Parts: sequence; structure tokens; C-alpha cells
Amino acid sequence: MIKVDIKRDNLEFKLDIKLGEFLAIVGQSGSGKTTLLRVIAGLEEARGVIEVDGKYWLMNNQSLKVQNRSIGFLMQDYALFNNMRVIENVTFVNSDLELAKRVLSFVDMWEYKDRYPHNLSGGQKQRVALARAIISKPKLLLLDEPLSALDLQMRIKLQNYILKLHKEFNLTTIMVSHDLGEVYKMANRVVTLNSGKISKVEDIKYDTNSLKAKLIDKSINKNSYELTLDINGIVSKILVQKSIFNKYKLGDLIDLNWSIK
Amino acid sequence: MFESIKSLDFTPFLISFKLAFITTIILFFLVLPLAWWMSQTKSKFKPFIEALGAMPLVLPPSVLGFYLLVLFSQDSPLGKFLEHFNIELLFSFSGLVVASIIYSFPFMLQPIQSGLESLNKGIIEQSFIAKKSSFTTLFRVALPNIKPSLLTAIIVTFAHTVGEFGVVLMVGGSIPGQTKVASVAIYEMVEVMDYKAAHIYSLLMLIISFLVLLSVYIFKTKR
Repeated sequence: MIKVDIKRDNLEFKLDIKLGEFLAIVGQSGSGKTTLLRVIAGLEEARGVIEVDGKYWLMNNQSLKVQNRSIGFLMQDYALFNNMRVIENVTFVNSDLELAKRVLSFVDMWEYKDRYPHNLSGGQKQRVALARAIISKPKLLLLDEPLSALDLQMRIKLQNYILKLHKEFNLTTIMVSHDLGEVYKMANRVVTLNSGKISKVEDIKYDTNSLKAKLIDKSINKNSYELTLDINGIVSKILVQKSIFNKYKLGDLIDLNWSIK
Repeated sequence: MFESIKSLDFTPFLISFKLAFITTIILFFLVLPLAWWMSQTKSKFKPFIEALGAMPLVLPPSVLGFYLLVLFSQDSPLGKFLEHFNIELLFSFSGLVVASIIYSFPFMLQPIQSGLESLNKGIIEQSFIAKKSSFTTLFRVALPNIKPSLLTAIIVTFAHTVGEFGVVLMVGGSIPGQTKVASVAIYEMVEVMDYKAAHIYSLLMLIISFLVLLSVYIFKTKR
């Protein structure tokens, strides 16, 4: 069990997270989502308690250093070590070459192992960052809008990699995202943050394969549509490929299954 | 012309380069932990340290030279303390090194500090998340990613030390073979109206300075 009960300026968060859970945090910009992840990682200060699997990472003012927590952190801007090749980026965290090969093969990046980050595309960089985040077999994997800089196809591909890794490595994952389609596809539970406080906790029990969203608005943006969808009362904007969504009119119910395939 | 070059004493040049070499090495290792701390800290003392570190940029060399003269003199507490160890900083090469370290301090600190500050904070944090110490992070992650800033710091510090005049003259005097550096030698040649020797020395300094700066900019363009 992971217990988080923290307070700092503009953030108050109390929640128990089960081991193996995939928790999503949503909320508007400035609602404290990223700060929450950074506090859990030990990159920002806070008061309160963070207990992970029986070990205190934070107990009032006693805070365990980042180095002594067991964290994998996937950031939006990849934050790869540009002076190291793909393989070195991963083995810098854990020198186990066999595991590095397994993890990089898992995200289809083993064949790029000798490249430097500046010779990789955004999606490839994020896959390396993902491999690097999980090679230490962290107790907690933190994902801070990890896919928001990528195009739709790459997002879908990476969502699947993350889900596969979450299961394969039996990880407990907390993901911050703006994309509700992504959240409903991946998480077991969604927490909505509003001005630094939990405003809603929702278990995702239904089958995402049959989840419907009502199309409220759509606008054309080069080769894609920006759709405004109503998913179970929560309004979200999503970018999608034009060809697939030409047929839908405002008010239509859309099967969210599209984002899973 | 060649005869006059041959007959010239190039010892001041050698002293200048020896001084610059030693100063640059000491300053590099002295400044590194400070620059790293400054780039990471949120301390309220940071502006004070920054202002103090930048002082040699704005102070007239004579002011700095005067205070160092007072500080190094045998009547000062530091002078008295060092006397116990038979170390005399005034009018000695060691004194020149100490004075140069102070005088060239901002030229080493500022490029390294701004290089470290411009680094993506994420990569430093990822290194910490990977359970690496500050030391490992500095040498394996931070420094390899700011090579142009390191080169600028090293070259500019070296060149600036070769070019010092006022502080060196006040602290070191002009003892041939010990503290008489190239810039002081040129000044003395002009004073005795030996323009030919002054020309040769000055031209050499000009060419060396240009080549040093050219190499920095070529390296930066290549990256």
C-alpha cells in the first residue's frame, strides 16, 4: 500500500494507492498535478506523510532524498542524457546489460542502442526515457504528461507500451494527463484535482471497449480534428486523424475503442 | 629583424604562460564546486556571492592591486601567518598566482555557472532519480553537456591572465625571471623607448590572443 497525505502551498492531497494500481491525475493547468508528482519523487518539499510499502519517504519534516526513493519518472520533455548513447542512458541507471536489452527490446529500441538522443525522433526518445524509467524496477512509476508532445499514432503506440510495461513489471503507476481518452484507456482510478485539492475520485470499472463519448464540437486543424467530447459528464478535447472522424456529426456517440487499437 | 628577435629575452613570455597555466588549472577546480552549488541553490546569499565574485570585473586593477598589496604585506595578519611557513606572497611568483586567481575569478565562474544554469533541470533530476550523487551527476551528466561553456571559461581565463598588467605590476613588481611578465616587459620597453622590441612583443601578444579566440569560436561553430 502507498499512503500519500501531503500539504504545501496550494496543494493538499490525501489518498491511499494500492500496489499495482494505475492511477491517473487530471485537472486544469495550475491545479497542482505536476507539483504532486514532484513532491512524491522528492524533487519538491512538502509536509505530511508519504509511506510506500512500509517505508516512509516523508514523515513530517523528515524527507528521504530523491536518491533513496525508488522512483521512475517519465517527463514530458524526455530529459535524456544527450552525452550518452541510448544504451548508456539506460545502463547509467542500472548496469545490468541483460535487463537493459530486455527493456529496450520491449519498447522496440534495442536496434537503436548505439544512437545518441539527437538522432532520435520524439517518440523514440520517449521510448528510451520509458525504458530508463523502469529499468531500476521502481516501486512507483510517475508519468508527467508523457505523451502530450507526440502525434496521435505515436501516443497510441506509447500508451500500449506503458500498459504492457505496467503489467509485465508489476508497477504501481501514477500518471498525470490532460487527455481523458488516454486516462480512461489506461487507469484503474482517476483523481480530479481542482486548485490543489481532490475534487473527485472515480473508479473506472466499466469496459473501455464499450465506452461512448458524445461529440460536442469539432474543429479542423491541418490533417487532424480537434474533437470536444463528453465522456461520462467530463468534457475533454482530443486531437484525432481526419480520415477516421469525417463521418461523425455533432451529437453523435463515438465509441472510444478507437484509441485502444 | 631576425637578429633582433633572436637577441630578445623571451623569459617574460614564459612567465606569463606559466602563470596563466597554473592559474587556470587551480581556478577550474576551485570554481567547479562553487558554480555547481550556485546553479542548484535557492539560497538568499546567492546574489551576494555573485556580486562578490564579479567584483574583479568592475574594480580598477590598481584598486585590487592595492588591497592585495596591503593583504600580502608582512604587517598584515595573513602576511604574519604565512611568515611562519616561510611563504612570502609579495613580489613573488606565488603571490602572482594568488592575485591572478582573484583577478580572473569571474572569467572562470560566470561561463561555467551560466552553462550549468542553462542545462535542462530534468537531466540533473533524472540523474538523482537514478540514485547518483551530486559528484557523479556533475562529472557524468552536467559537465559533458556544457563543453562549450567549459572551453570558453578555460580559454578566456587563460587569455585574461596572460593579458593582466595592473595587478601583476603592483603585487609582483618587475623582477626579471620571477615576476616580470610579458605585459610588464612591454610597458618597460616603451618606457625606455625600445620601440622595436615593444613591437615584436606586442605583435606576438596580438597574434596569440587572436589565435586563442579564433579557436574558441571555431569550436563553438563546429558544435
